Amino acid sequence: MEKITKITNGRIIDPASGRNEIGDVWICDGKISTSAPDTSSEAEVIDAAGLVVAPGLIDLHVHLREPGQSHKETIASGTMAAAAGGFTSVVCMPNTSPVADSPSVIRWIHERAEQVAHVNVFCTGAITKGLAGEELAPIGSMVKAGIVAITDDGHCVQSHEVMRRALEYARMFDLPLLDHCQDYSLVADGIMHEGEWSVRLGLQGWPRIGEELIVSRNILLAELCDAPVHCQHLTSGGSVDLIRQARARGVKISGEVCPHHITLTDATLRDFDSNYKMNPPLRTQQDIDLLLGGIADGTIDILASDHAPHANYEKEVEIDQAPFGILGLETEFGLFCDTLIHKTKTIDLPRLIALLTINPARLLKLDRGTLAHGAPADITIIDPNLDWTVDRDASHSLSRNTPYHGTELRGRAVRTIVAGNTVWKLDA
Amino acid sequence: MSVEWNSKDLLGLDELSAGEISLILDTARAFKGVGQRNLKKVPALRGKTLVNFFVEPSTRTRTSFEIAAMRLSADVVNISASVSSLKKGESLKDTALNLQALHADIIVLRHSSPGASRFLASRLDSSIINAGDGAHEHPTQGLLDVFTMREHFGDIKGLRVAIVGDILFSRVARSNVHALVKLGADVTLVGPTTLVPKSLECLGAKVSHRIDDVLESTDVINLLRIQHERQRKEYFPSLGEYTSLFGLTKARAARLKPKCLVMHPGPINRGVEIDSDVADGSQSVILEQVSNGIAVRMAVLYLCGGGAGVS
Repeated sequence: MEKITKITNGRIIDPASGRNEIGDVWICDGKISTSAPDTSSEAEVIDAAGLVVAPGLIDLHVHLREPGQSHKETIASGTMAAAAGGFTSVVCMPNTSPVADSPSVIRWIHERAEQVAHVNVFCTGAITKGLAGEELAPIGSMVKAGIVAITDDGHCVQSHEVMRRALEYARMFDLPLLDHCQDYSLVADGIMHEGEWSVRLGLQGWPRIGEELIVSRNILLAELCDAPVHCQHLTSGGSVDLIRQARARGVKISGEVCPHHITLTDATLRDFDSNYKMNPPLRTQQDIDLLLGGIADGTIDILASDHAPHANYEKEVEIDQAPFGILGLETEFGLFCDTLIHKTKTIDLPRLIALLTINPARLLKLDRGTLAHGAPADITIIDPNLDWTVDRDASHSLSRNTPYHGTELRGRAVRTIVAGNTVWKLDA
Repeated sequence: MSVEWNSKDLLGLDELSAGEISLILDTARAFKGVGQRNLKKVPALRGKTLVNFFVEPSTRTRTSFEIAAMRLSADVVNISASVSSLKKGESLKDTALNLQALHADIIVLRHSSPGASRFLASRLDSSIINAGDGAHEHPTQGLLDVFTMREHFGDIKGLRVAIVGDILFSRVARSNVHALVKLGADVTLVGPTTLVPKSLECLGAKVSHRIDDVLESTDVINLLRIQHERQRKEYFPSLGEYTSLFGLTKARAARLKPKCLVMHPGPINRGVEIDSDVADGSQSVILEQVSNGIAVRMAVLYLCGGGAGVS
């Protein structure tokens, strides 16, 4: 017998089709149906009155830490955190141990995800072997194993020649390249934004130009190779300007922004708390305003978390020795909704949903991110006005490295549905 | 004005008020007399255990804290990085918890990481005294420098102080600037553009790249040690070029006001940032700074150890 679910009375927002209306969504055998299926089976009914029914959210920048770093996170725990944050698909980064730079590691992740994951897991492969920036990884073989993009995230290919050839080569597979933009010679041992606070605290600065120079390089190479480059976790207002100008002349360049880079500034490091240490670093209010401007005018059309779990004992050390990064999946939607919709009114809710669904799906050519008839029934039900408080101890992640513990937010996913099955819902 | 000291720790001067800084300096003034007596000891910290925990090498600061603690009758243990368990892979947090479990009342920490002393202070009940944390702060050095200036000039307000050298990487410079600015001095930071960037103005000091412009007007010239071997080489080409542009040579020293103090936190590089004769000259108070360091550290240990202070 077919399994039928009816989500009724919700506001359906599907940016891919422009749909924005109160109505019903049907799920029939794990697929979306826009009309009542012709069947005698009894439907499970989910009442979504007062809620928003959106395509399942997609996060294209997540560190699941498996294989090799399962003390920080596992595919099971990380995807449970994703589900609890409203995400039905995550794209995992290749800086695991061993590095995801071969089809065997990609296959291992897929098999593991098949067994334990709570949401869809898509893999990226490394651009270069061992993320060393020198020799190309077996990109074609990894494409056969199912990668959706290549990236050396956490590292940045410094050789422009290697980057050029990687782009040319990836174009053969129509495969997007995601880049962590960091010039090593300019950044050196930098651990926080180079500015008043780095001067005051005596910490090594990580200057904006360390990002902007690589964004510029990527724009020129994307143009030269006529291949898409996506710049990860942008922080500098200058990067937004560069991308805006390049897109205006048709260059295939895009960028993403993470919640922490539009909600926190470098001043938060005043007490040397490593939960505010990220790479790239938190910058200034001026950068935040320019990032918001980029989100408002469409220069930035993808949002992501850079979910980066680390064990307490790894983070609770001297600031210059602590690893970079924070948890992201469970606070991501709340932070974006609270900041972009409610506090700054930068964009409206349909636009926010687009930046977290159909836009990343289009970049990575996933058949997701839409409520179109016949699409996989990945659905996130959202209460955009729900007030809640972040509780790090309630996290599904194995780690606790978040600076948002105790933060009050407005807007939250309340139910996450993957292939027609509810994988998480908020306890009433 | 009645200021009370109510912190178990001294982590930096940025977070202190002018009143708190003056309280330490006044208390140090009272303790200075102890060092000049025959019996150089008071019972203020009798029964307390002080651990000098130096994760970065230092001779003068550690010795100064040790003498200060002994004059206050505390029991002193010295631990240095080469023999401590940090080399065996134990974390700073665990090492410190062990020190606390051994009933260390006061931990004096020297560490290469900015914020290391705050890291301990927020996790331990013991008093934490920052004896230098990376390029962040070296509060007792800043205090003893200001103390020395106050001994000579009486008041810091309106005093013109030039600090010359590698300011960007200097914890001594930062602590000096915080204290001096709070007490109303007119501070100019001098050095090459790479080591004295304009962004340092956010600390409330002026920035200059020409030592000759400050020589005739300054009341104090504080020269910092230049450590080219530890610098990345892109900051300046050579010690020789540094000396020619910024060294306090005899010719430059001749242009100082007669009452201008020549200071240096040590250890000095004779012939690099300071001419050898100038270091030994009549305007130099370099060794006076060392002596004053004991009184200042006695005051800090006394106040953080629960003493009421002297008004």
